[in-house]
Amino acid sequence: MKTNTRGFRVADGLLLLLVLLPLVCGMVLKVLFTPASSDIEIAGALIYFTIPLPYGGLPITESQVNSWLVILSVFWLCLYLCHGITAQGGTKRQLLCEWIVEKTQDMVTSNMGQTFLGFAPFVAAVMALSAFSSLLSLLGLYPPTSDLNIVAGWALLVFFLITHYKLKCGPMHYLKSFAEPAPLLMPLNVISEFATPVSMAFRHYGNVLSGSVISVLVAAGLAGLSRLLLGWLPGVLGEIPFLQIGLPAILSVYFDVFSGMLQAFIFAMLTMLYIAGGFPAELYAKRQEKKAARRTKSNA
Amino acid sequence: MIELAIGIILGCCALGAGVAMIAGIGPGIGEGNAVAKACEAIGRQPECKSEVTTTMLMGCAVAETTGLYALVIAILLIFVAPGRLVDLLMNTIG
Repeated sequence: MKTNTRGFRVADGLLLLLVLLPLVCGMVLKVLFTPASSDIEIAGALIYFTIPLPYGGLPITESQVNSWLVILSVFWLCLYLCHGITAQGGTKRQLLCEWIVEKTQDMVTSNMGQTFLGFAPFVAAVMALSAFSSLLSLLGLYPPTSDLNIVAGWALLVFFLITHYKLKCGPMHYLKSFAEPAPLLMPLNVISEFATPVSMAFRHYGNVLSGSVISVLVAAGLAGLSRLLLGWLPGVLGEIPFLQIGLPAILSVYFDVFSGMLQAFIFAMLTMLYIAGGFPAELYAKRQEKKAARRTKSNA
Repeated sequence: MIELAIGIILGCCALGAGVAMIAGIGPGIGEGNAVAKACEAIGRQPECKSEVTTTMLMGCAVAETTGLYALVIAILLIFVAPGRLVDLLMNTIG
């Protein structure tokens, strides 16, 4: 495909526009729905509207909408990165996507083994969703990862996957795995089974939320200090919180960028480790062999 | 009288949140140990720096869990519990 034709460039621009459009939509929605107040306050996600249902309403919150917007944005970003890929290679964009794919596959094979290579897209998707959701706070939007409901949904999905792979050797083997190493420890094993999704959800949510709470507290404190120290300046100068310049930005680099990225990495890593760790690989391979041998015998 | 009751509720919620965060000591010590050992390991074998760092970050994340449980409890005590408890009080008084 030729990359310097007019049509290619127009499609490129369109895709980039579609990447940015959901984010702009999120900002517009936020501005439209935020009640007017000048105070800095710590509040949960805004409720955009409530779908009436017979058993109580289903609230559609800011965090839900933002996570859909992130999904859309990442989708268009992927299409943008894949636009104009050729077998010969060459463009920087193609090198970037190849690097992403290679890194993910490397990570999956080194942590889960060759049998789980099909999990690479899932792991990359979880990582991208989590990372971009946390980064959304840089735009002033409510990051979906600081809402327990969103992260608990992801953790539940991972829990179902773990259980699915534990059940691969039949339900009897799964139930027997609770009675190890001694039948007396069964309650503890059951608790630890359920603690997995809970701890995954709490870890991600707690990290992101604590970061934003600390940022807001520091910003509010600096505003108060600035009013106290510099309030005597004449006119508008006295109202500008000069002390808010600088320190919140440094905190944001740590809490929004570094901590968000780290949590995305850790979430993906734990997903891989739990899924691969729960799968009884040796027993499964043995059973598959036995099955294959039986099939050849019945065929012969 | 009702002001006193509400005051006790708010004060005890704040106190409880503060006490809950004592749990932050544990992860602090644990993660400090983990990072110290990782630094030693990197000092001995600089060639496996990336692997040690990855493993250390994973370990830190897992060690952090108890602290984060305490954090969630503290956040619930600060933002959720006072409203609920005051509502309860109002309902019982009528």
